[in-house]
Amino acid sequence: MRIFDPHIHMTSRTTDDYEAMHAAGVRALVEPAFWLGQPRTSVGSFLDYFDSLIGWEPFRAAQFGIRHHCTIALNPKEANDPRCAEVLQLLPRYLPKDGVVAVGEIGYDSMTPEEDEAFAAQLQLAVTHDLPALVHTPHRDKGAGVERTLAVVKESGIAPERVVVDHLNEVTVRQVVDSGCWMGFSIYPDTKMDERRMVAVLREFGTERILVNSAADWGRSDPLKTRKTGDAMLAAGFTADEVDTVLWRNPVAFYGQSGKLELDDSQAPGTDATFEGNSVLRGVRAEV
Amino acid sequence: MTPDHLRTALTERMTEQGTKWLAGACASVTTDPGVVRGLFPLVGRRCGRGPLDPADPHGWTVDDAARSLLLAAMPLAGAALLEEIGELYRTGDAAERRAVLRALPLLPVGDGGLPLVRDALRTNDTRLIAAALGDYATDHLDADTYRQGVLKCVFTGIPLAALPGLPGRADAEMARMMAAFAHERTAAGRDVPDDIGPVLALFPDVAMPGHRDLQDVSTATTDRRSPREA
Repeated sequence: MRIFDPHIHMTSRTTDDYEAMHAAGVRALVEPAFWLGQPRTSVGSFLDYFDSLIGWEPFRAAQFGIRHHCTIALNPKEANDPRCAEVLQLLPRYLPKDGVVAVGEIGYDSMTPEEDEAFAAQLQLAVTHDLPALVHTPHRDKGAGVERTLAVVKESGIAPERVVVDHLNEVTVRQVVDSGCWMGFSIYPDTKMDERRMVAVLREFGTERILVNSAADWGRSDPLKTRKTGDAMLAAGFTADEVDTVLWRNPVAFYGQSGKLELDDSQAPGTDATFEGNSVLRGVRAEV
Repeated sequence: MTPDHLRTALTERMTEQGTKWLAGACASVTTDPGVVRGLFPLVGRRCGRGPLDPADPHGWTVDDAARSLLLAAMPLAGAALLEEIGELYRTGDAAERRAVLRALPLLPVGDGGLPLVRDALRTNDTRLIAAALGDYATDHLDADTYRQGVLKCVFTGIPLAALPGLPGRADAEMARMMAAFAHERTAAGRDVPDDIGPVLALFPDVAMPGHRDLQDVSTATTDRRSPREA
């Protein structure tokens, strides 16, 4: 089983996790920029974090045979702190970097006016930098948050197929399915979604435009939840090809819209065709 | 390595499209050096990323060479040049930083690039450490920092053969440090990287703690699996 975890915060994980992930089949991942357990209080703190996402963390992942990409953004919670909001002006310097495959996580935490402003501004950055957007949905008052999220996405003019609305569940997926946006599900030990419920969602909605992630971070979470979901799908009668669609081809299709995915042919056989600009396809990696 | 060497090496490693893009990019920065900031992050995607010499996987990459040519094309010198490359380094991802380090010997910066070399040597990223210890460090870096850098290579699994400064900059103090390192490793029952042998051999009179344990250094198995120890 080859796995691309489209949302995992490796900065908070250990090398044991990297080893276990590789053993489970994880060959590529995307680490979205987000908040840490301890709130940041300055722009410099963000810049060091972003530098790590395009420097140290990909190096660390590579030691374990895993391709690391990231998304860059001012997260919704810290958009409310005026000491941090200034970082918005500095995002354009990160978005053109090789490993940055989307703007994210953006969206809502408490749905404040400050969050409105940061969300809209960063959707525009995604448009001008020709990148997809990863949108976090709030854990509190999620239904209303998803509603408002979809309205802001629509108003921004970004193509819905370039947006993933993340952390959905059985209830909120119904709001997103007709929007044209991708639907992200975070499989957690005891909150958000679990493997069994995910399988039920896949039965009802199919595999199209669906991303499954572990969203593992500094809280109680499990970086192997992608694999466990794949196993649960197989046990429930899904085919290996359907598992591959959900755990590999879908995230490659979504983030491939950046034109900046770097995947190894040898590790990712059969990743073919339609994702122009990504280096699985291009003859510019000097093997010419 | 000179710009001409790089150009020659690149012709065999880039597509026609990449070659054209690089020529255009170099012409642009010659006219207006400020545009380098927008071009620098694009180089890997436009020109490629593999090793410049397939026989030397630890050496220059295609994007290192292309970025170095961009920097060499800037009509800047002195403080203005240092400011520009310093900013590219600070705002660069790992590949961009590595390229700035590689390019230092091609640029008229005197000792001014040393803060970047020291910054890279403080990281644990082997790509940056190896690039920091290139020709520029060989010619400009002080002995203490150079020795610490070489020892860091031994710890992080960078082959010493990749350092142009060895054996030229090896000295008795470096040999002593390596002997002490080998002693600790041997005492721990761990392998000693065999590429410290040639440095030790240059200074047979260096007092080596537990030197009897070192007799097999040159034949010891190399333990390169753990670049995380640093």
